[in-house]
This record gives sequence, C-alpha cells and structure tokens, in this order.
Amino acid sequence: MSAFATPGEEPAVAPPAGGKSEARAARSERMRLLMRSPTVVIGAIVIAFWVFCAVFPRLVAPYNPIFDNNFPPSEAPTWGHPFGTDTNGRDVFSRVLAGARDILLIAPAATLIGVVLGTMLGLITGYLRGVVDDLVSRLIDAILSLPLIVTAILIVTAIGQSSRWVVAVIIGLIFMPVVSRTVRAAVLSEADLDYVQAARLRGEKSIYIMGSELLPNVMAPIVVELTVRLGYAIFAVATLGFLGYGVQPPAPAWAAQINQYWTLIDPYWWMTLFPALAIATLVVAVNLVADGIREVYER
Amino acid sequence: MTRFLIKRIGLALITLILLSIIVFAVSSVLPGNVGRAVLGPFASQESVDQLNEQLGADRPLVTQYWDWASGAVQGDLGESLTKQVPAWDILRPALFNSFKLALVAFLICVPLSLLGGVIAGLRYGKATDKGITTAGLSFSAMPDFVTGIVLILIFAVWLGWLPVTAQAEDGANALTQVKYLLLPAFTLTLVLFGYIARVTRAGMIEALDSDYARTAYLKGLPSSAVVRKHVLRNALVPTIAVIAVQVGYLVGGLVAVEFLFNYQGMGLLTYEAARNKDLPLLTAGVLVIGTVYLVVMLLADILYAALNPRIRFGGGE
Repeated sequence: MSAFATPGEEPAVAPPAGGKSEARAARSERMRLLMRSPTVVIGAIVIAFWVFCAVFPRLVAPYNPIFDNNFPPSEAPTWGHPFGTDTNGRDVFSRVLAGARDILLIAPAATLIGVVLGTMLGLITGYLRGVVDDLVSRLIDAILSLPLIVTAILIVTAIGQSSRWVVAVIIGLIFMPVVSRTVRAAVLSEADLDYVQAARLRGEKSIYIMGSELLPNVMAPIVVELTVRLGYAIFAVATLGFLGYGVQPPAPAWAAQINQYWTLIDPYWWMTLFPALAIATLVVAVNLVADGIREVYER
Repeated sequence: MTRFLIKRIGLALITLILLSIIVFAVSSVLPGNVGRAVLGPFASQESVDQLNEQLGADRPLVTQYWDWASGAVQGDLGESLTKQVPAWDILRPALFNSFKLALVAFLICVPLSLLGGVIAGLRYGKATDKGITTAGLSFSAMPDFVTGIVLILIFAVWLGWLPVTAQAEDGANALTQVKYLLLPAFTLTLVLFGYIARVTRAGMIEALDSDYARTAYLKGLPSSAVVRKHVLRNALVPTIAVIAVQVGYLVGGLVAVEFLFNYQGMGLLTYEAARNKDLPLLTAGVLVIGTVYLVVMLLADILYAALNPRIRFGGGE
C-alpha cells in the first residue's frame, strides 16, 4: 500500500458535530482501498456465496439435507452426487450447502455478544480507570491464561447444557475480555483529548461522555475487532461442534457432520473432507477480509 | 532487574490466585448442585447427597475453596471421580505427553516460521512476501482439526506413509514415537507458522528500516552482514513472546487435535474429564493448563528483559 494521505482520513480530534461529510469521505476512501486488494475481494465473494447458501438453502441444494435419505448409502462422489452420499443415504453436497446456515447464525451471534459487552466493559474501565480498572485487568489476565476451547468446555460442563445458543453465549462471554482490552486501550488514548475534557467541563454525565463522545471515536478498533472476532468465532463454533457440543445430528451443520463421520474417514473420506473444506473456505475468507480491514484502518 | 523480577513474579502469582478462584467458581457455583450435575437428573436424592458429602460440596463455598486451594499448593489436586485415583497421577503423564508433542512441533515449526518471516521481511511488499503472508494467515485461520483431517487423509489414508493416530504403543522406541508424532506436529506447524512468521516479518521490517541498519549500510557493510549482525538479532526478540504464547496453546489448547489423533495429552484429558462429568479432574486439569501458561509467559518476560537492555537496566516497564 502506498502512502495516500487523503485529507479527512482518521481525524485525530473529531469535532462532535459537522464532521459527518468528512467521516463519509473517510469511509468511501476505505472502501476503495479494500476493493483494490485481491485477497479481500476473493474473501468477500466466498463469504457472499456461503451467506447466500445459508439464506436460500432450497435454491442451491439439489436435495433436502435431512429428509431425502433413500439414495444408495456410502457412495463415493459421482455426477449425480458430486460429494457422494453418507451412511444414511443422504446427498453430502446438499448437506454441505445447507450446513452453512448453522455456523453463520451462531458465530455472528457470539461475535455480537462479545463485541457489545466487551465494548461496554472497555469504555467503563478505560474511562473510569482506578480500582475497578485494575481489578478487571487482573481478572482478564487470569481468564486469558486459559485457551478459549478449555474455558468453553469447563463452562459447558459446569452448566450441563450445550445447545447452539448456549454455545453462542459462552463464546461471546469469552470474547468479552479480549474486546474490552482493545477498546480500553483506544479509550485511554482518547480520554485526555480536548473534546472529552470539554464535555467533562460542560458537566456531562459519564455515561453520556462514554456513549456519545468516546464511542464514535473508538469505532475503528471496534470494527476491526468485530471482523477478527468473527473469524475466531467460526473457529470456536466449529471446534466445539467437532467435539460434540452445539448443533447435533441429523442437522447438517458442518462440524456435526465431521463429528459423526470422521472415524469412518478410511474409506469414506468424502463424508468428512467436504464439510471440513467448507469450514476451511469460510474461515479463511473471513480472515482475509478481516486482515484487509485491519490494514486499511491501521494505516 | 531484581525489582523487575519481583514485580513480574508477584503479578503472575496474583493472576494465578485469581485464575484458581475463577476456575473454582465456574466448577462449583455454576452447576448449582455439584452432585446433581455429576449424576444427572434421574439419580435419587440420597445418592446426590451422598456424593455431595463425599466431595465436600455441602460445606460453605469459602471453606471448600480454601481446602481445594491449600491442597493444590501442596500438590494435592483432588481425586478423579471416575478413576478413583489422585488427579495428579492422571495429569502427570498427560502433561508429559503434551510437552513431548509441543517439543516435536516446535523443532519443526520454529525454524521454518523464522525462515519464512525473515524471507518475507527481506522481500517486503514483493510477491514472495504476499505469498508467505497470505498462506500463513490462511493456515493459522483454519481450525486445527480441519488441517489435521486433511493431512490424515493425504499422508495416512491415501499415501499410507504415516500412522493415523499419534499414540505409539507402550514401550515403543524414541524413533517410532517421533514417527507417530509427525502428523500432529505437521498440523501444528501449519497452524503456528502464520503467527510466528508474521511477528518475525514485522520485526525484520522495523529493524531494516532503523537508523542502526542504515548506518551499517552507509559505512559500507555488505547487506548480508548487515542482516546477519545487526538486523536479525533485533528482529527476532519480539518472536520470543509469540512463541511463548503458543506454548500455552500447545499444552492444553489442543483439545480437538489430541481428540482427532487420539493422543493422551492435557487437551484430551480435559475433554474426557468433561465428557465423563469428572468435575474434580476437569478442574485440576484446567488449573494446571492455566498454571503452565502463566509460568511460560513469566519465563518469556524474563528472557525478553534479559535480552533488552532498556528493561534490564531501567528496572521499570
């Protein structure tokens, strides 16, 4: 990326009002930069494809993923069934296409929970600082010393439930500390700027300053966090699904298919490989886009 | 340096205590009734009460935490419910296995990733750099078990070069054990390559752009000597932290990979304890995983400080 220093890009001290057109110019400039990156465009096309499959499974899948189950079972890929059939005589191609829906519901839900809660926590700790901030920071350190999957398994076992929405909430809660740390750092670098001081001197309430003054000015790292977390959320949902938590068979969720068939990988490789490749394409696409967005915002 | 050491160790201890409180709270408070959570909704009330009494779960929470934590400090991590032996007796071999796999993975992964990062940094902005960076990002984004499945399919099922599982038979010699570990180690190499190469590349770019590198060029040193003597040394320091973080992932975070390869490490132990509702073993396992991470991060911090004169002499952050 060459150094295009456009006027209006990342205003260091955004005026509370009257900066709308500048913000819009910055946004269209970012869009332009994003569309110039081939990896971002490829990633976006792949994501769009899976979103389309998730929204209109009946348009893309030739058969019903659950109820069309009278094909010859365990058949290797043919023209009629390009991904073969599974042990229950279902078309794997249709199941992979329809399986996009589960992960594209759960992962964004988890991301949203984590980013919203994390942003709130980050604004509070970054703005108020003091004892609360110290204590929360230490707690976050402690939580982050455990791998995401281990924490998730511990919580799932403790509450004894692992339905898809439970999984979404748990992953969201585990994301909260990571997001809050990013937002807190951004808030710390803003909190001493003139517009915050001015608002404080005007006698505005803390909650107003956090929500209306600080939040719009720390949106850049939040947007980046949103896309990066989505990648991790897909990763986490898929891993938990592979371990048997979350969506259960006969639903066509990708990870549930792998969980059901991976022990049969020799010789029935198609039942495992195609859902695995589906996860791989989606998660790589999200990360390519996330990386492009981060680059554009951090320029 | 002494002040720095005391401060870091103190901080790590506080974090460890908080971690133990969180883990205890999740496993003892969240279930509401531990005995009921373990035995399920159809067990009789008497057997639930009996289990609660056996586990000490009928006592006040503070007493329970105190007993558990003071036991843990003395090396008593409680007793496994399903296997009726001290948790540590099950954890120790698993921990050893995890370190063994981590070692094999690191021996393959770290040199490759450093090399990849150095090359990408030297070719900054060129096609080689783009290729290495994008491939690294793509592989590290993929869930580890997906990479593992593809590798199993290629190298174990289709080519038949390597075994499907990672667990060699008991008493197998070292070479055979390594052969069994290769496939999971390759999987982890693909996962970790992107992270380590990325940091190395960033360090390279920064060091190449620095004043001391320019001075070295301008005083007439050949560029290979500049890279070797001035750039590399500074560029590789930041990779220590990222490698340390990965140890935390390798010891405990490999739940899906160890499950896939049926390898008896900390990840699989955690998973099996969770599946069997063996809460004492699960709690102990999670605590050990967190402790390993904190210890490794502490060591990395100290190593980083020892290599960085600004911290070594400054005594501060």
